[in-house]
Order: sequence, then structure tokens, then C-alpha cells
Amino acid sequence: MLIKRNPNGIDLPFPSEITPQEVYEDRRRFMARIAATAAAGTSLWELANRAAFAQGAPAQKLAATRSAAFSTNEKATPFSDATHYNNFYEFGTDKSDPAENAGSLRTRPWTVQIDGEVKKPLTLDIDQLLKLAPLEERIYRLRCVEGWSMVIPWVGYSLSNLIKQVEPTGNAKYVEFTSLADKRQMPGVNSRVLDWPYTEGLRMDEAMHPLALLTVGMYGQVLANQNGAPVRVIVPWKYGFKSAKSIVRIRFVRDQPRTSWNVSAPNEYGFYSNVNPNVDHPRWSQASERRIGEGGLFTPKHKTLLFNGYDQVASLYSGMDLKKFY
Amino acid sequence: MATSPTSKQLTALKTAVFVLALLPFLRMAYLIATGQPVDPVAFLTHGSGDWALYLLCATLAVTPLRRIMSSRSASWNWLVRLRRMLGLYTFFYAALHFLTFFWFDHDFDVAAMWKDVLKRPFITVGFIAFVLLTPLAATSTNAMIKRLGRNWARLHKLIYAVAPLAILHYWWMKAAKHNFEQPIIWGVVVAVLLGLRVWWSVSRKPAKLAPSVRS
Repeated sequence: MLIKRNPNGIDLPFPSEITPQEVYEDRRRFMARIAATAAAGTSLWELANRAAFAQGAPAQKLAATRSAAFSTNEKATPFSDATHYNNFYEFGTDKSDPAENAGSLRTRPWTVQIDGEVKKPLTLDIDQLLKLAPLEERIYRLRCVEGWSMVIPWVGYSLSNLIKQVEPTGNAKYVEFTSLADKRQMPGVNSRVLDWPYTEGLRMDEAMHPLALLTVGMYGQVLANQNGAPVRVIVPWKYGFKSAKSIVRIRFVRDQPRTSWNVSAPNEYGFYSNVNPNVDHPRWSQASERRIGEGGLFTPKHKTLLFNGYDQVASLYSGMDLKKFY
Repeated sequence: MATSPTSKQLTALKTAVFVLALLPFLRMAYLIATGQPVDPVAFLTHGSGDWALYLLCATLAVTPLRRIMSSRSASWNWLVRLRRMLGLYTFFYAALHFLTFFWFDHDFDVAAMWKDVLKRPFITVGFIAFVLLTPLAATSTNAMIKRLGRNWARLHKLIYAVAPLAILHYWWMKAAKHNFEQPIIWGVVVAVLLGLRVWWSVSRKPAKLAPSVRS
């Protein structure tokens, strides 16, 4: 059948079992459109190329082993919500902007420079990163500082795998992540909403915690551009903005790095930004959260949990006043 | 040459404005009922707040438009006949905005709502603006206009306080994200609409009803 095969006769990937129906139906509609245009006379080869770059094109699948120990059994947020409700200011400030504008991001070739207080600085391209450690699928809760949350099956491996490769020196107390800031690919970088490039940071012990995930995929496929392709971190016990997207540099430093939101509004966004229902944001309570994709206006909210429910990180902060170090 | 609309035309115009101003509400209701917004609470909160502000500006634009457009040959005074409806729609969207906050953010918990109102300055000013709008909506009937007499106009000057408070509410809401584009645009609109009134009252010029016919 025309809509199931590309011109090379290779079966297109079937949606992973976690992909909601409307998503693959969307893709089928997309392919049907392609076929309809083909009938109008355009060469199939050209169309196939175009399809590969179009937003609705099927993404490359990633084989990964489900890590039950690190996964919640809560219901995953629909793929379409997770890819159409994003904060990624490099592509605009509206939640729908990243999905609309991130098509211009070129995720290959892509290199990540890893340097600073390390014995073996490295520059790795995305293929080397994909092979650095076995890929795992981990279903994490994601809590946005704005008061909403999702449940997302990410694909990646513990960031510690990468950190061990570069052998940080005794001076490496923090890790700084820098995101791409290219005006040609990222229209939002022209605005002065934040000081570009976006930088984030973790304390060394936080970065070494097995939960901190170097992430290359979601829902069984490579990251969507609007979700921080091709490589990002996911730090599930912290508010979402701590998890830098589209990373081009990882630097090990002595002093606490400046982080974009903290520089922008220090009284609202602390360096730590651990999920904490007892520490309000100055403009709203953090006691509860709206779980995206669960229903409509009348769906009850979820109670927000300390460290987003990841109690295993509590020991990292023993003795710290979490109200002071928010 | 423009002339005032006949009463029939005015009725048609009022009906059109009524329907147009209701469309944003119908659209939001439709999208939410069909489950389309990813975060329906945020969608309704932002949508109702935006439209309350747009209609507030439309209400405040009536008098300046009437003054600027009117000339000896054409009176635009009939515009004032649309003002009550625009004002009531402003209240309608503001009430929807408040209801969303009271209902979906606080589950009708008055104590929790008060705590939020008192604790967070951007909510405090938004709440004050809504409270000040309420008597204006309540006294919008012909009977109330008659009953209050001169005090009616005095009372309705409250709208001059509501508009800057609404802008401040919007501004502080967006402040932490340095996303001032929209608050600036609407701040300028409100500043011009109120500034014209100040200018006219300070310069005490009569309304520009009779421009020179030399030429």
C-alpha cells in the first residue's frame, strides 16, 4: 500500500505502543497527503526528502531497555501534548511556539564540547553520545515551575556515564550546561526575554546522581526538536527549566555557575529549584499541579511531592534550609 | 458623508457588537468542551483576562473616538450608545477571569483565595480592579442612571482607576519572564486613552465639533 511504504519499499516505522492513536493517525494523514501530492506529479524522491525534514515526518526510532527501577507506573502524557505544550524560549514564549518554530533546528551534525576542570576534555558528536552507554527508557514525572506536570518516557542514560569519561578534577564542584543560541535556527533568540545563550547548572553530586539523565529520546524515538533535540538533560526532582535543552557545551567549574532564570529573576528562580510544595513561587503556590492531558477544567489537581516524589535525592540536601536555597 | 445611523441601523449595529464580543467566549467554550487546549485552566485564565482588557480599551475608546471623529458635518455621538454593552462585556470577561481563579485555582475556598489575594501583589491589584468594576456593572441600568443622577457619572469615573490597575496586574504577571511586549502595547493604549482625557480637561478646549471650513 502506498501510504505504508516509502519509495525504497522499506516499511515506515510503526508507532511505538506508547504513542497514542491520534499521533500515528496524524502521520498517516501526513503520508496520505504526500501520496496525494505525488499523484499530482511531483517526484516521489523529492517528496521523501522533504518529508524527512517536515515536522510531521516519522522520527527515527531508538531502541532502549525499560528501566523499571527508575520509572513511574503513572500514565504517560499523550505524545501530542508533550510535543505541543513546551517552554523553549529560543523558539518563542508561547507554549505552542516551539512546535511551530523548531522545525528550523538542525540537529545533525551536532557536537557537544565537554571541558573545564577535567583531565580529559572531549568533543563528542551526537552519534558518539548515542553509543556512549546503553540506552534506557525511564518514565519520569516532569514538574514545571508554572504549576503543571507531565509524565514522559525519556530515552538516555545516567549523566554520570559521561562525567566519568572526562575525569573531573578535584576542582570540579559544579557542572554548567549551555544550550545552542543560533539566531538563524532559533527565532526566539532575537528577543531579549532571556540573556542568551541559555545556561543551567547542577552541583557535582546532583549531576552524578543516577536519576540525572542525559537524554536523547522520548516515546521510543529521537527527541522532537521542540523538546530539546538532539541532546538534553532531565533532572526529574527539579523544576523543568533546570533541565537544559539542545546542549552544545558541558563545562565543569569551581564556582556555582550563573543560570539563565536565576539571573533573570533571582527572587523567583533559585539555583537549586528543587520541586517543593512547601516553598511557594512568589506569584503562585507550588502545593499542587495540573497534570497535562488528564482531562478538562474539572479534573482534580495532583498534590505536588517534595523532590517531585524522588525521595532518593533527599540525602543530597540534608542539613540544607530548602526555603533559603530554593 | 457620514450621518448618524437610524435607530434601525443602530439596533443592527448593537446586535453585531453583541455577537462579536460574545465570539471569544463561545470559541473558548467550544475548544474546552472538545478538549483541545492542552492546559484548559491556563487557557481560560489567559483568554478571559486578555478579552477583559481588550473590551476595557474598547469601552474607554468610545469618548475619544466620538470627540475626534465628530465634526460639523458628521456627529459620531451615537457611538456612546454602544458603550454600556462594551462595559458590560468588560465586566463579563473580568468576572469569568475571576471565576476561573476562584474555582479552578482555589476550588471555591474563600480562605485560600484571600490568602492568595493578600500575599501576591499582582493578584491584589487584579482583584481590586475587579471589585471596582462590580458597582459599575450593577449601576448600568437606565433606572440606576436615573436614580443616581449626577453621582452616576462620578461613580463611573472609577473606570479610570480600573484601567491602570488592570495594566499593572498584567505587567507584574509578565514581569518575571521579561515578556513585556503585550503589557507595553496595552499600557500604551490605556495611556493614550486616559492621556487624551487629561489633555482635554487641562486645556479646557471645547470638543472639536466645529473645525474651520476654510481650506
